[in-house]
Amino acid sequence: MPLTPERVEQKLRERFPDAAIERQTGDAVRDYTLYVPGESLVEMCTFLRDDAELDFGMLPWMGGCDHMPAVPRFETVYNLLSLSNSLRFTLKVRIAEEQPRVPSVVAVWPTANWHERETYDFYGIEFTGHPELTRILLPDDWVGWPLRKDSPLGYEEVAFTHNTPNRRLPSPSLKKLAPKKVKYRAQ
Amino acid sequence: MSDTPEFKPLRTLAPSTAPGELVMPKTADELLYEEVERGLLFTKVESMVGWAMNQARANAIWPLSFGLACCAIEMMAIAGPRFDVSRFGAEVFRGSPRQADLMIVAGRVSIKMAPVVRQLYEQMPDPKWVIAMGACSSCGGVFNNFAILQGVDKIVPVDVYVPGCPPRPEALLHGIMKLQEKILASKPEIGPIPRKRVLKQKGVA
Amino acid sequence: MRNETMTINMGPQHPSTHGVLRVALELDGETIVACKPIVGYLHTGMEKQAEYKTYTQSIPQTDRMDYISPMSNNLAFCLAAEKLLGIEPPARVQAIRVLLCELTRISSHAVWMGTHAIDIGALTVFWYTFREREKVLSIYDHVAGARMTSSYFRVGGLSRDIPEGFLERCEKFVDEMPAHIDEYESLLTRNPIWLARTQGVALISGKDAVAWGVTGPTLRGSGVNYDLRKNEPYSGYETYQFDVPVQSAGDAYARYQVRVQEMRESVKIAKQAIQRIRELGEFGPYRVRDFKYVLPPKEDVKTSMEALIHHFKIVAHGFFPPVGEAYSKVEAPKGELGFYLVSDGSSRPWRMKVRSPSFINLQALPVMVQGRMIADVIAAIGSIDIVLGEVDR
Repeated sequence: MPLTPERVEQKLRERFPDAAIERQTGDAVRDYTLYVPGESLVEMCTFLRDDAELDFGMLPWMGGCDHMPAVPRFETVYNLLSLSNSLRFTLKVRIAEEQPRVPSVVAVWPTANWHERETYDFYGIEFTGHPELTRILLPDDWVGWPLRKDSPLGYEEVAFTHNTPNRRLPSPSLKKLAPKKVKYRAQ
Repeated sequence: MSDTPEFKPLRTLAPSTAPGELVMPKTADELLYEEVERGLLFTKVESMVGWAMNQARANAIWPLSFGLACCAIEMMAIAGPRFDVSRFGAEVFRGSPRQADLMIVAGRVSIKMAPVVRQLYEQMPDPKWVIAMGACSSCGGVFNNFAILQGVDKIVPVDVYVPGCPPRPEALLHGIMKLQEKILASKPEIGPIPRKRVLKQKGVA
Repeated sequence: MRNETMTINMGPQHPSTHGVLRVALELDGETIVACKPIVGYLHTGMEKQAEYKTYTQSIPQTDRMDYISPMSNNLAFCLAAEKLLGIEPPARVQAIRVLLCELTRISSHAVWMGTHAIDIGALTVFWYTFREREKVLSIYDHVAGARMTSSYFRVGGLSRDIPEGFLERCEKFVDEMPAHIDEYESLLTRNPIWLARTQGVALISGKDAVAWGVTGPTLRGSGVNYDLRKNEPYSGYETYQFDVPVQSAGDAYARYQVRVQEMRESVKIAKQAIQRIRELGEFGPYRVRDFKYVLPPKEDVKTSMEALIHHFKIVAHGFFPPVGEAYSKVEAPKGELGFYLVSDGSSRPWRMKVRSPSFINLQALPVMVQGRMIADVIAAIGSIDIVLGEVDR
């Protein structure tokens, strides 16, 4: 019998009877997704990886998301893959806005290292227990968390004639610097 | 000083004869003199050397093998069999900026990459030229956001802008030919050019 | 005598880093003690910018991620958006998509082979593989109007129907391609220098590869048979006959063998796809007939009021998917490429996350080169086939 996501949820609930596990509902939630508490995340991931039937040996990706007006504001998403069952399973952790913090799963899947650095880089979510939590894509001296919803896109106004009134009048210094007309002769 | 050598006849030839007038056959001396004159060119040494130098610079451009993003693949394609940039004498892609005289900024320049691009430009020996290839390096292109520099001309002086996203290899070849025209028409400089003057000429601080 | 290690920097401007990768290497003589890839020199903020664009406007951005295989990127994004909307394009559209994606795989592997061989010192292969790549790009040019950044697929179908003479052109290409692959193989497969530079180099075991999340030919070169086209099929791949090449050695040469075999398999799939498009009609419907999400045909717009309103709504605002989220993935030439879209019910995605194969495969580089020689770093970087546009996004 092939493994179904319902079976995974059932096994997870049996193993962690006290944890607050909640299935994400919605019309257009296309993947089977569970909300799990952050404090038992590492234990759950270890269980999902090591259980012989489940065998979620790979973490294809993880990432963050900012649901700004909502409380709690942030969440991290973990997409798990069981190679032997060809099955995907998604876990999510909700994170509060003040002191966004979640335990790191680098010890379970080493591939989480860069993903967590990227999520930290974009959202400022701190991963406790991460071996080297530094910025990865942005320069080291960058200030702010660019993918948060309250961070601007950083749009630069394009200079058209309607928004730059002096556009048509070249400044005297520009005129002096303009290259002289040279006639090119084919050699 | 002009870009081409000046031609000056050595002596004025005899005025042409009026119609009907009897023309004396040229003497052997006169014929010899004309023959010698045909093979001579008189110009200033400075402008001759400058002209030759421009020819040499324009027809043997050594680009820096330096790709950033999508445009770099099209830049590789011009060295490939179909487009073959060696027809225009610019096929010697150099890996080190110290050996190159043309930087083709092929792709978007991120804020993190900008200091590196500037340093590569500084490392290239004079005289040097820059082609901004594609929309991203010319003006930021479709990426008008926090991470991308809105045009590489904010950090290095650009000689030729090649539009496109990415430009076809033919467009880049056209850009290289335009750069050759620019080099041929420029004031020939003998010896190293002080960097300050170059930057001032090109309008970058 | 002192025992000191030396730290050297490679990149971001280095001819063999395939763009702007920087690697900090700690060396003991010529042996690598530690290797640390530093990425982000091409960070473009695409995930942020997607939140400010409608779904259709995001498609051109996806071309510019993995710019060597644009069609696969378009497909991954369109599949994610289609999953969110709950629509499925007609079988004919799926066959056209499969055909173009397999041509993309051939072209991407050709570019990889040429550049990887240049890095290792075999310059000749580049001129052979770029010859075939140009043919694929001409096919793109014919069908989409652009050589590299095609943006041909749309959510729910294609941007326009395939042009006249397109199938004949593809057929000609796939008929002559196997002979060209033989040609590449005659240059490399038994070349003693190539064997010396790639065999036993950049080793990674299957167990490590899974733990590091490696996908694509790099995973299959380590003996793990996992191909999304077989294991989690999409776009009707389950109906095509093809094999998944797997090698167990786990070195750079094994990846080379896997990719060469994949090109041959792609030719097979492309032939079947051409056959299928012929059966389903050379010209026909190329979009879903659900005009809440997809532009109605131009003939209807000219005659029907309703179609005109749909046209205006979609052009002016884009379409409005339901509140929810979806993750969809394809087997891109470099590995598993996926898009995770969160919708808040507006016409712009609330969040777009890209699962880019190069980013994750590159992370395994230190595992491959630890304790090896410095010259093997070049072979390792080449063998995992990274594209920096996708690593940094």
